[in-house]
Amino acid sequence: MAETVNAHETHGEDPSRRDFIHIATMATGAVGVAAVAWPFIDQMNPSADTLALASIEQDIGKVAPGQQLVVKWRGKPVFVRHRTPAEIAASVKDDHAEMRDPASDASRTKPGKQEWLIVIGVCTHLGCVPNFGTGDYGGWFCPCHGSVYDTAGRIRKGPAPRNLELPSYEFTGPTKVKIG
Amino acid sequence: MSGHSKYEPKTGFERWLDVRLPIVRMAYDTAIDFPTPKNLNYWWTFGGILAVCLVIQIVTGVVLAMHYVANGALAFNSVEHIMRDVNHGWMIRYIHANGASMFFLAVYVHIARGLYYGSYKAPREILWLLGCVIYLLMMATAFMGYVLPWGQMSYYGAVVITNLFSAFDNVIPGVGTAITTWLWGGFAVDNATLNRFFSLHFLLPFMIAGVVGLHIWALHVPGNNNPVGVDVKSKEDTVPFHPYYTVKDAFAILVFLLLFSWFVFFAPEALGHADNQVMANPLATPSHIVPEWYFLPFYAILRAVPDKLLGVLGMFGAIAMLFALPWLDTSKVRSMRYRPTARWFFFLFIAATLGLGWCGGKLPDDVVIPIGQDAVTGDATGFTVVMLSRVLAIYYFAYFLVVLPALGLLEKTLPVPETISTPVLPKGGAAMLSGATASPEKKG
Repeated sequence: MAETVNAHETHGEDPSRRDFIHIATMATGAVGVAAVAWPFIDQMNPSADTLALASIEQDIGKVAPGQQLVVKWRGKPVFVRHRTPAEIAASVKDDHAEMRDPASDASRTKPGKQEWLIVIGVCTHLGCVPNFGTGDYGGWFCPCHGSVYDTAGRIRKGPAPRNLELPSYEFTGPTKVKIG
Repeated sequence: MSGHSKYEPKTGFERWLDVRLPIVRMAYDTAIDFPTPKNLNYWWTFGGILAVCLVIQIVTGVVLAMHYVANGALAFNSVEHIMRDVNHGWMIRYIHANGASMFFLAVYVHIARGLYYGSYKAPREILWLLGCVIYLLMMATAFMGYVLPWGQMSYYGAVVITNLFSAFDNVIPGVGTAITTWLWGGFAVDNATLNRFFSLHFLLPFMIAGVVGLHIWALHVPGNNNPVGVDVKSKEDTVPFHPYYTVKDAFAILVFLLLFSWFVFFAPEALGHADNQVMANPLATPSHIVPEWYFLPFYAILRAVPDKLLGVLGMFGAIAMLFALPWLDTSKVRSMRYRPTARWFFFLFIAATLGLGWCGGKLPDDVVIPIGQDAVTGDATGFTVVMLSRVLAIYYFAYFLVVLPALGLLEKTLPVPETISTPVLPKGGAAMLSGATASPEKKG
């Protein structure tokens, strides 16, 4: 009978061919699923217009010593702090104190512009905005979980793992700064 | 869904429908004729209460979505518009906002019921796990819903919770930042974040409804656990769900709705926070931020750990304990009525969880037990909230990881009745067997 002959033949040869077809189909399917999934995952990343807001220019001439200006950059606050000589001295004195994220005061500012400390005003613990001029070191105190930063924005106490982040910036004039 | 259906179609239409889509049969078997242990107490009514809560949240939520605008510039004002201008908007929003609290109140009672009476033990592990999944989905939904009014608490709640993922920077630098940027759709919580949270806040309740369907399915295979904790042995141990438990549940639901209404109409902002009446400001954090009350115990655990990554792991670990529970509790006796030692550890566990909740609402450096005085400021010093949180958090984990595994092996349990009916029958005590051998057919 024709059927019997056919069945017999497939036993001899087809299992491997059939396995190949199964594996090839599944592999192609997996690649297809991944190719379709990626756009749906990546759409959640920052959009082109969000990325375009990458740099701002700010006049800081009106910030008196001892004051802080808060500017919004990429949706986040940036602290522009005009430090007093006493604040700078207190910070430099602690350069070799034990710290979680050791950094010298000089590494936190631009050369010759030691009085201007420019940091991203977002606590490195869980993202709250630390309060100006409070806490044990006169720098910042984060109200959410009690992280304490000194006048160089270095983490000194509390749960935050790192110093306040430095944005990339440059002085474009004596009182003009470009952030981003 | 288990056993033989006793449904008999009465009308011609029901007979016609029954051979095409036996949906009336399913409803009859599930909610009318379902054999239910006859000794369920009021702690068992919270399942029905939770179903009502879910329906209330979905109905009020869909209505609110008709008036709400998910845009960073407009959201706050659209909520004010709902409160002031939309007909009955204030009531619908207060029902939805307080409904979330009522939902969590009921789910905590429901979970505690399961913990006390051993409802997570074989053969109900899947039922329990599905409940844990519902609880996780509820937390995600509540969190994203709280962000939508776009007040200060909304905003910084979103900031803190999404920043939990930045802890992965401590494992592989950059990974945590990549995750938070992806979650936010930007470099900070902003309009893109609000939009996606609104979309997901709308979706998740329907996913909860789906898992609730599975939860009820998984309930109806082994049937209800009961306060005695022994299996149903005969038909005499059960009563039909209707009218016995439809009426009992309905009564409990009405009492619960009284409490619900009291909050909605007499203290609608009692569980909220004044700072959320201030529009979100990315440049200034309120001086004291706290999550909603139902997250406070986990928040206290997060703050109790001085390391960021470990704090986050501790917080998620506290929930993971619930998932692992069926395999951590080694005792073969379900109900703590017959576990004289375990029940005290259980009550201590409830107290510790409530204590953690209290700690979560306080500032970490607040002094609980004053011992001395600060030499400079004169402020009291001593045992602080964060220290108390540590003690309580250690007990929270020890309950799951040490107490329950060890007690199952060490504890001398009381004699467990042979059947549900035994304790209430005359001379019932004569039929009792010792706890360890009461139901040798059960495997723990």
